[in-house]
Formats: sequence, C-alpha cells, structure tokens
Amino acid sequence: MTDLALHPLGEAALCCTLPAPVTLAQQQRLWQLAAALARRADVRDITPGMNNLTFGFDPLRTDPATLEAAVQGLWAAPARARALGRRVDIPVHYGGDEGPDLADVARHCGLSTDDVVRRHTAAEYVVYFIGFQPGFAYLGGLDESLHTPRRAEPRVAVPAGSVGIGGAQTGIYPLATPGGWQLIGRTTLPLFDPTAEPPTRLAPGDRVRFVAAPA
Amino acid sequence: MIELIKAGPLTTVQDLGRTAWRDRGISHCGALDDLALCQANLLVGNDVGAAGLEFTLGPALLRLLADGWLALTGTDSPAALDGRPVRPGWRTRVRAGQMLKIAAPRERMRTVLAVSGGIDVPLALGSRSTDLKAGFGGLDGRALKDGDLLPWHPPPLPDQPTARSIGLRPPPWSAAVRVLPGPEHDQFAPEARHALFESAWTLTPQSNRMGFRFAGPVLARASSGDLLSHGVLPGVIQVPPSGQPVVLLADAQTTGGYPKIGVVIRADLWKLAQLRLGATLRFLPCTREEAVAALRDREAELDALKVALCLST
Repeated sequence: MTDLALHPLGEAALCCTLPAPVTLAQQQRLWQLAAALARRADVRDITPGMNNLTFGFDPLRTDPATLEAAVQGLWAAPARARALGRRVDIPVHYGGDEGPDLADVARHCGLSTDDVVRRHTAAEYVVYFIGFQPGFAYLGGLDESLHTPRRAEPRVAVPAGSVGIGGAQTGIYPLATPGGWQLIGRTTLPLFDPTAEPPTRLAPGDRVRFVAAPA
Repeated sequence: MIELIKAGPLTTVQDLGRTAWRDRGISHCGALDDLALCQANLLVGNDVGAAGLEFTLGPALLRLLADGWLALTGTDSPAALDGRPVRPGWRTRVRAGQMLKIAAPRERMRTVLAVSGGIDVPLALGSRSTDLKAGFGGLDGRALKDGDLLPWHPPPLPDQPTARSIGLRPPPWSAAVRVLPGPEHDQFAPEARHALFESAWTLTPQSNRMGFRFAGPVLARASSGDLLSHGVLPGVIQVPPSGQPVVLLADAQTTGGYPKIGVVIRADLWKLAQLRLGATLRFLPCTREEAVAALRDREAELDALKVALCLST
C-alpha cells in the first residue's frame, strides 16, 4: 500500500500527501479517507486536493499524535470496491458568443470546430476535487489532442457557466470571474446554489459528460 | 431593524464563518478580527459566534430601531450614540431611534459592532457571514450600502434600571504575528527562511479579505517543481513565483497551488485585521506548544469575560 505522509499545516490542521504520480485509484482512496474522516467528531474542514487531503481539528481538545495514528489506521483499512460517483450530464452550447475561443482551440489543435466538440463530448471526465470557486470541479480525462495553452491575455470577466480549456484541464466556471482559459462553450445548468444542500451540482468522484445542446 | 444611513467603504455582516462544505469549494469567510467579534458578542449577551458588522476604516452612521445593547470592539474609532461618546470595548444601552456614529479609526483598520440578539440575516450554508466573492450570505451576499435595512430583533431588556455598563481592556495589538513553519518551509533557501523572520514586510494595496500581499526581500525556493493543488486555510503564508508572500485570510479559496513557507497561528490572526495598508509587519518564529498555549489563554480570557458579565448583571 502507498504510504500516506502527514504534515502539520499550522497548529490546527493536518495535510495528508501521497507520492506521485496521481492515479484515479489513489484519488479514490483519498475520497474514501475523506468520507471516513467526515464521520469523526474531532475532524473538520475536510478538503481533498489533487493527490492530497487537508483537514482541521481543535488543537485544545485533540492530541495531534493520537489523531495522526487514527488517520493512518483509517488509511490502512482495505480499499472498498467503490463505484465512482453519480453520472452528471452537462448540456453545453458550443461556439458563438458563448464559446468565443472555439475557433482558436480548433486552429491550435489542427482540428475542425466540429471535431473539437465531438472529442470534448466523447470523453467521460472524473471530478478529482473541487476548489478555486464553489463547485469548480477539477476534471481528469481531457483528450490529449485538445490540450491548449491558456490565453496570453486573461479575460477580466468570464461569464458564469463558461466551459473552457486551460492546458491539460477542462472545466466549468460556476461563477463569473476573471480567467485565462480558452472558452469553447457555456452551460445554463446552475453549478452552485447557496440555498441548496449540498450547494454544488458536482462532488469529488462524480463522472461528467458534456452534451452538445442545440443552439 | 438597523438602518445604515452611511454604510462606509466596506461594511459586511460577519460571524465566525463556515466550516461545512469546504470539499465543495466554499470559503471560510467570517470576521477578520475574530477576537473582537467574540468579545463584542459576549459583552451584549450573545454567543461568541452571533453575527455582527465589520466596518473597514469608516466613517459610518446607523440608526438603531429597537431597544437593546451594543458593543464596539477591535477599534480605536471615536464613536457616539446620539452625540454621547461610546467607549470601544464597553457595552452600551440603546434606545429605539438612536443614532450611532462611528468615525474612522485612528490607527487601526477594522471595527466590529455587535448588538444584543445578533444581526438576524438568514443562515446560508451554516453561517450568516457574507461571502463577497461567491455573492451569498450576509445581506444579499454583498457589502452594505447606504439605506440598507438589517433585520435586528433584540431580546427584551430586563427592567433593571441598574443594568450597568461594563467593559474590557482592548487586547494588546502589535504589528507582529507568530508563525509556524509550513509544509514546504524546508524547500526555501536558507536566506529566504532567514529573511521571513528578519525582515519588515510592507502590506501592499493588492490586499483584501482573501489575502494580504506583502512586499519585502524575494523569498527564493531552493527546490523547484510545481505543487499539486491542495487545501489551504486562513493564516497560510503562500509564496508565489514572485517570491513575495501572501497571507491567506478568511475569504481565501479552499485550495491553492503555491508553496507554503509558514502558517500564522490562530491566536494571532486577528492582529492582521488591524494592519493598515503601507504599514509593516513582522513574522515571529514560534513553536506548536506556544501556538496552542496562546489559543488556550485566549479561550480562558473569553471565559473569564463571560463569568465577569454573569456576575455583573
């Protein structure tokens, strides 16, 4: 089994890190660990990252050495044969005003815009973790032929729902924000709703497919 | 209700923030001067985590439309209720219709106002704090504007004419915070590790509730290589490629990718809230034991305040 390294992050948090490379199997073990930690009363602020997991505790009431031993015990528990999370379809309007960089991406990749859309909708993506914004999913699984560098000049405002490609990543901006990704489309599906519990459409482990929506 | 006649440059509803849903990217938020919020709440008879108002600089003018108590903390702002001076760190009785004027602080940066019963905006994801970036919580997820009305329903005042005023000494503030080494501390060059603690760091204008950016000597990393995205918390000191440290604060993102040279201890985070733009800050080395002891002392002081308030009423 892979060793889980634990580092303090201040006096009230621990960071658990796995050795490279990132694999889906390893990431699944981290989601499993996050779920086990969420059942403990002495753990809070659980934040999965890429190949790592950070959580907080009350340093006045919890001994970190005891907690570390407990975390290692949970990590040593056998991996459950865990299915991936829910399958979520994201309808996307590709190109036009909603995807102003689709032609640039196609040119960079030496493909037609139709091919870019075909390949982007063909893959099944996995949510590795959520960060940056409420509900912003870091997705694994972008077709290598679609990898495109970020824009030289980031946009001051990227509209909410924009679907973009930045390097080897693809993703959806749940909220309007400045951003440097190449925008290829937009979805009207809300990804963040602070009045709902859970507040975001996507969770770590979910499988995502983009579906081309008729214009 | 509380009517904001003049809201001031950046005034928000804040409590002690959100800890749920961090795995969904929800930021912590909450009062930057969390110690001031706890103290002000206790003074007016609330739980430490009730929602209050955080004023950035000032001035501000409010009309309080109910009978209750108020307390101003964290501040050295001159304030007055219907023209009569209000001492920071003391609770003051309010009659419906009175006007509270808060001037700009003399040297500090942020004023906290607590009112008995708390500001009664709806809970959003377990907290009443305003998340300015994601646009929810507080009042409509935004900074307060002139003319805003805040829900306030104070519990009825006891009919004791002797309910005395009571106050506390403001906690000693200095432009220095204690720091524990971060997970990537050892990846920094020895000169950088030295400079972190030996230099004076200037707070730059590119600072906000998400993070404070400091200017000083360049902190170079001895080993290069990108880090994978990882969870971060308020207090984490990140060093982006510029070599200029950023201290993450309450509104910071949940994950980051820059190496973490240190972490400001929790008991000292409130001091950052009171640092002026252009002022300098020192980072002081610290041990885990000192950090925990400082937090324990702070909790004991808040408990002592609670006891003193019980005895005085």
